[in-house]
Amino acid sequence: MTQMPMGAVPKKKEEKMKLFRKPNKNLFRQMKKNYSAYLFLLPKLILFTLFVAIPVVWAFILSFQKYKVFGSEFIGLENYIEVFQSEAFWIALKNTLLFTVVTVPFGVISALVLSVLIFELGKLSQSIFRSAFYLPTVTSMVIIAMVWRWMYNYDFGLFNYVLGWFGVGPVNWLGQSSTALWALIIMQCLIPFGVGIIMYLASMGSISQSLYEAARMDGAGKFKQWIHITIPLLKPTTLYLVLLSTIGSFQVFTQIIMMTGGGPGSATETLVHLIYKTGFRDFDFGLAGAQSVVLFAIILIFSIIQFRVLRHDE
Amino acid sequence: MNKKPLDRLNKFIIFALLSIFAVVSLLPLYWVFSTSLQLSSYQSMEMERPVSYVDSNPPKMYPMGIPLYFEHWKGAREAEKTGDAELETYHRAQMDHIVSNTFGSFKSLFKKHDVGKWFFNSLYIAVVVTVGILLIDSMAGYVLAKKRFPGRNLIFWIIISTMMIPGQVTLVPLFIMVGNLNLMDTHWALILPDLSMVFGVFLMRQFMYSIPDELLEAAKMDGASEWRTFWTVVLPLAKPGLAALGIFTFMNVWNSFLWPIIVLNTAELYTLPVGLKTLQDANLASFKLLMSGAAVAAIPMIIVFILFQRYFVQGLTLGGVKE
Repeated sequence: MTQMPMGAVPKKKEEKMKLFRKPNKNLFRQMKKNYSAYLFLLPKLILFTLFVAIPVVWAFILSFQKYKVFGSEFIGLENYIEVFQSEAFWIALKNTLLFTVVTVPFGVISALVLSVLIFELGKLSQSIFRSAFYLPTVTSMVIIAMVWRWMYNYDFGLFNYVLGWFGVGPVNWLGQSSTALWALIIMQCLIPFGVGIIMYLASMGSISQSLYEAARMDGAGKFKQWIHITIPLLKPTTLYLVLLSTIGSFQVFTQIIMMTGGGPGSATETLVHLIYKTGFRDFDFGLAGAQSVVLFAIILIFSIIQFRVLRHDE
Repeated sequence: MNKKPLDRLNKFIIFALLSIFAVVSLLPLYWVFSTSLQLSSYQSMEMERPVSYVDSNPPKMYPMGIPLYFEHWKGAREAEKTGDAELETYHRAQMDHIVSNTFGSFKSLFKKHDVGKWFFNSLYIAVVVTVGILLIDSMAGYVLAKKRFPGRNLIFWIIISTMMIPGQVTLVPLFIMVGNLNLMDTHWALILPDLSMVFGVFLMRQFMYSIPDELLEAAKMDGASEWRTFWTVVLPLAKPGLAALGIFTFMNVWNSFLWPIIVLNTAELYTLPVGLKTLQDANLASFKLLMSGAAVAAIPMIIVFILFQRYFVQGLTLGGVKE
């Protein structure tokens, strides 16, 4: 689970200056005066230090170590070299990238189109459709994966039945390397991007009606209004959603372990599933640590690129 | 505004299109419930051997128990009229069989498998974490928004900067840490890391900004202690934020999967998603049973969603939360 700050970004500069303010002699007195504030913060700080801060630092240290219960030894970049030399990593990276490159644009664009359509309707229909598209998102991916596995079943699945109408198939969706990854991609595409729809609808609600009226005066039709007003003004939301779903998509795991286990062969191996296998099946903690750091770096690079590209002409 | 017929037509087309998409997106969920209630064994007088509608080809789109029950009910009534006692008993027996078979998988889930226990585990862990997060994060968010003290900004930025780091990065160190603390294969291994999630601090801090300073000062003037001010003035004003945070925390914990399958090994301690995985691994053939388990796990979230819908929307638009 990753969450991202939105409104926090612009404040950064001014707060940073205060951050490095010289400590004055009143510091201790100030701290004493505000002791209750520290008490309020204490529970979170303890938990945060133990279960977030230390593990984060430790993750980086581990990636340079050969882990042993008593006395891990530093082995420099060996874990990283092993990561980049193993075929499994490149296959997992390729699969994860393909998954991301197809599902993220599809998810965001379909959310945009659906929201634009939903926005045209009355209040009641709006809230009905919003719920209908968000409901599948509140159910656990474990459940969704279980039922899709059932729908992809070779003999009795819904999919092969429907394909039968068109004289196609049956297809062994999850059982063969040529279709397994695509089966997962199709599944992801057909799960509505509920968060996206809700956020788009909220942003569209805040676009001033006068813009549309002006466009109508100029004789612009609905379609032109969407292209020239709605979509450009939704750009910040789009940026946010692209970042959000890219990060989520790089972490794809539940479907994999529930539906294919990375197989057949390594046809559906993804990065997080690989980390899971390396760390908790083979118990190679150092290598898994290095894989995690690489995953983090990839996500970071992608986020920065997307931020740059989508922000470009603002 | 005057409504032109063309507008009406457009709206109708949009409505129809959206309905199709909505049906497609809700179909998997429907399929869970439909399969969980599907008749898995049925034999009428004309049949040579019992059939299962769960894995039949073509698939049955709705629980077959419904039409068959009505058929037998009609049959029983007719037999009653004509005075054919034997036929009536047959129909009545079939009706009983249909009911017990339709709901049978739910019964066996709770009787033969640990689903009841898993459900309880999931529920109490989600409740404990939600309550804990609401308290801890609103306390932290409150002072970070409203108090000035040395180190405030430093603390805030350290906490917030970890929000960018995906959870998988800390998986291995957290595992070692939990092992060192002797918490492996306990519920504390789930609860403590969940309580450490930082998103709520960010959300509550944003929310606390909107509380007017005058109210806090007034409370201070009245001689209220810091804690009392927080408890009686701040928290009630933060209710919408608390509702949003509470719902997302509950949902995240209820649905969490990757970490629980790593730290839990004892079947009795499983949460529902972990239990469902083991059920799927062991019981490949019985899809009715699996889908019943899935239904049990899905229902609470669906109820929470229906009851607190507006807070979902609020929470998403307030800060941006991810699955």
